[in-house]
Amino acid sequence: MLHYMGRRLLQLIPVLLGMTFIVFMLIRAIPGNPAQVILGQQATKEAVEALNASLGLDKPWYTQYFSYLAGVFQGDLGVSLRTRLPVAEEIFPYLAATAELALFAMIIAIIVGVNAGIISAWFQNSWFDYTAMIIALIGVSVPVFWLGLMEQWVFGNQLGWLPTSGREDVRNPINSITHFYLLDTLIQGRFDQFFEVLKRLVLPGIALATIPMAIIARITRSSMLEVMRSDYVRTARAKGQKMFVVVYKHALKNAIIPVLTIIGLQTGLLLGGAILTETIFSWPGIGRYIYDAIGFRDYPVIQSGILVVAFIFIMINLIVDLLYTVIDPRIKYK
Amino acid sequence: MKKKKFLTLGVMLLLILSTILAACGGSDDKDSGSKDNASGGNSAGSGGEKTLVYGRGGDSVALDPAVVTDGESFSITGNIYETLVSFGQKDMTINPGLAESWEPSEDGLTYTFKLKEGVKFHDGTDFNAEAVVKNVERWKASTDKFPYYSSQFTVSGEHVIESVTADGDYTVVFKLSQPQAPFLKNIAMSPFAIASPTAFEADEEGLSTQPVGTGPFKFVSWVRNDAITIEKNPDYHIDGLPKLDKVIYRSIPENSARLNELLAGNIDVADGINPSDKATIEGDANLQLIERPSMNVGYLGLTVTRPPFDNVKVRQAVNYAIDKQTIVDAFYEGLAEPAKNPMPPVIAGYNEDTVGYEYDPEKAKALLAEAGYDGKEIELWAMPVPRPYMPDGQKIAEAIQKNLEDVGIKSKIVSFEWATYLEKAQNGEADAFLLGWTGDNGDADNFLYTLLDADNIGSNNYTFYDNPELHKILVAAQTEIDEDKRNELYKQAQEIISEDAPWVPIAHSTPILGASTKVVNYSAHPKGSDRLVEVDLQ
Repeated sequence: MLHYMGRRLLQLIPVLLGMTFIVFMLIRAIPGNPAQVILGQQATKEAVEALNASLGLDKPWYTQYFSYLAGVFQGDLGVSLRTRLPVAEEIFPYLAATAELALFAMIIAIIVGVNAGIISAWFQNSWFDYTAMIIALIGVSVPVFWLGLMEQWVFGNQLGWLPTSGREDVRNPINSITHFYLLDTLIQGRFDQFFEVLKRLVLPGIALATIPMAIIARITRSSMLEVMRSDYVRTARAKGQKMFVVVYKHALKNAIIPVLTIIGLQTGLLLGGAILTETIFSWPGIGRYIYDAIGFRDYPVIQSGILVVAFIFIMINLIVDLLYTVIDPRIKYK
Repeated sequence: MKKKKFLTLGVMLLLILSTILAACGGSDDKDSGSKDNASGGNSAGSGGEKTLVYGRGGDSVALDPAVVTDGESFSITGNIYETLVSFGQKDMTINPGLAESWEPSEDGLTYTFKLKEGVKFHDGTDFNAEAVVKNVERWKASTDKFPYYSSQFTVSGEHVIESVTADGDYTVVFKLSQPQAPFLKNIAMSPFAIASPTAFEADEEGLSTQPVGTGPFKFVSWVRNDAITIEKNPDYHIDGLPKLDKVIYRSIPENSARLNELLAGNIDVADGINPSDKATIEGDANLQLIERPSMNVGYLGLTVTRPPFDNVKVRQAVNYAIDKQTIVDAFYEGLAEPAKNPMPPVIAGYNEDTVGYEYDPEKAKALLAEAGYDGKEIELWAMPVPRPYMPDGQKIAEAIQKNLEDVGIKSKIVSFEWATYLEKAQNGEADAFLLGWTGDNGDADNFLYTLLDADNIGSNNYTFYDNPELHKILVAAQTEIDEDKRNELYKQAQEIISEDAPWVPIAHSTPILGASTKVVNYSAHPKGSDRLVEVDLQ
């Protein structure tokens, strides 16, 4: 097991290295000069050249690449060209904002998605099955942008039930410690703020949860259908076990592996930030951070932002792989 | 067996965690209790405590005015810092700021400023002549760090400000190496605000995140891409100001989401309202529309080095072919006036008498025939981002495409991502392109020289237009200190430009803001960032 983990972690290195190289070359292939963007339209040619030189952007690409890499290996993710703050310092609040939203969305997606899938399989071809699967089909196809705006219009504007933008009530600001606002407000015992934060998570959370929810429901259903036809399930039923126990205890356990894979992939994707959701709901997350950086040609932020997101994605998938052994003891890694 | 262990472990962990949480909650009770009281006081006195929430499209880059160039940074720094002389509340006139009075010498090479006494920076440092000297020396020390300093106060690498000296505690003398007609307008610009020398001497980069000025508001906090909070400076040097206790700037990138927040009453002011949303705001009894005086120009640039636009007759033909009034009515919702000069009428030196080009497709066709235009298709570049001077690049490009087709010029609309667009246009890769400009300091030089002089080919002169006669006039105007003579020069320049037609000036637009009717005394400033010192909430 440890051996396996070690091997997986070692495999990380070439993957991440290759990725930094591709990202590095790609962003330099697109036109647009960071110095020009930073200095704005009124900049003179001399000022642009001077800034290029002081940012080191006039050096050959390999010098720039290796000095960036050398920094990364020492835990230095570079300095944002635009704000001139270290990326490592700047990135955390954005990551936390995205993580809080992504985890909230995944909880909704898993609870609703898995159960909808199970019940659909249990009562295959029933009206519930049909409705749930049609909704799931709509769920995977609906544009998030449209869904977000509709949510805002219905629940924010028309009904006035829920706030539609931002992480907190700016008039009653949260004293942030961890940048995870739910946690911060709990630690400080500010339950009024806790519920405010929770309310603000609902609409973007649902918008973000829709697609993973639909995918999870569909995978759970097909995986469950397969397992439900197997012999041991028939045996369990023949023994006179309650159907609920058969489904949720015996069948689910064997059916959950592919679902878990999908959950891992989707969580990784959401943690990479959701530009559209974050833009519509004014969420200060990692997606918008990297997206804005592309517009400003803020190379270090783009490179390191993508590196961090990729790292998280790979780690989550590693954790999922390890979870297999916990759920199914037959799976062993050597 | 193993699983049970896991389970017990999990339950124990949960227990421990909740105990810790409970304990924390307990010990924090007093603390949060007092906080509750404080916030209770706030909300109870929400009549007393006046908080204005301002919604805008983007976040600031940094809060050190000397290093930034973006409007969203200046809209904050303009409230935290102050300049020696300042622009009027709604116009570009020069008024006293940190300097009570000033005196230029006859030759325009020396400016003597008398400073206001008894002013303190937010960190308690005294504001005096020495502080001003230290600020100017900071800008002079490194030109690549202070972009506006190098664009306004260096001419081909030479410093315009030769020296700054303190004469006693409250007199500062600026000596220039050459006369600079817009010197006072430049020194009034937000990037030349005076920062606390104690702060930047302790940490050169520190002002970017911990701004320290003399202004009506002090910095409180900044959650990136979310909100910046500033609060009343109780020791502000003008009694009774500011009226607001707190201002919170929220970044709400999506235009419709920002409008929604305004309609819901969650924000008090919304910047960057689409002209098409004007009616929504006017139709809401709780909202008011605020117009920002126009100081911009939106134009269609014709790259003079590329055929067919290397022929002046073709450029003039395009000028006759485009129906500006229809474009203004359709896409600016009437919040603009058709342009005939490259600079707006509010700026001194504007030439009322420029003949310009009326919409006249027949004349355009005749000119094209005269020019021997071969009918080759051109590329028409549409701006990918909305700007106050160009609310919808794509649609305006479509209207222009139709106008051009009517006179026999075929065109293909293309667009690129914004930074790419600018770079390609700057390299002269566009045939005809939409672009615009918002003035920095309200001076004609900032439009005509910056956008159309040969010196700025490769930066802001995107059309590669190069007229030596015009260059002579524009350079002479930079150092001409006699106001009337100077305006005369600019009038001549506008006539030359109109005749050579490197642009089709389209419109000078009036940007709009939406605000709650509770907001009073809000004056939107033409330069695009507003001082809130006199704004009040009712």
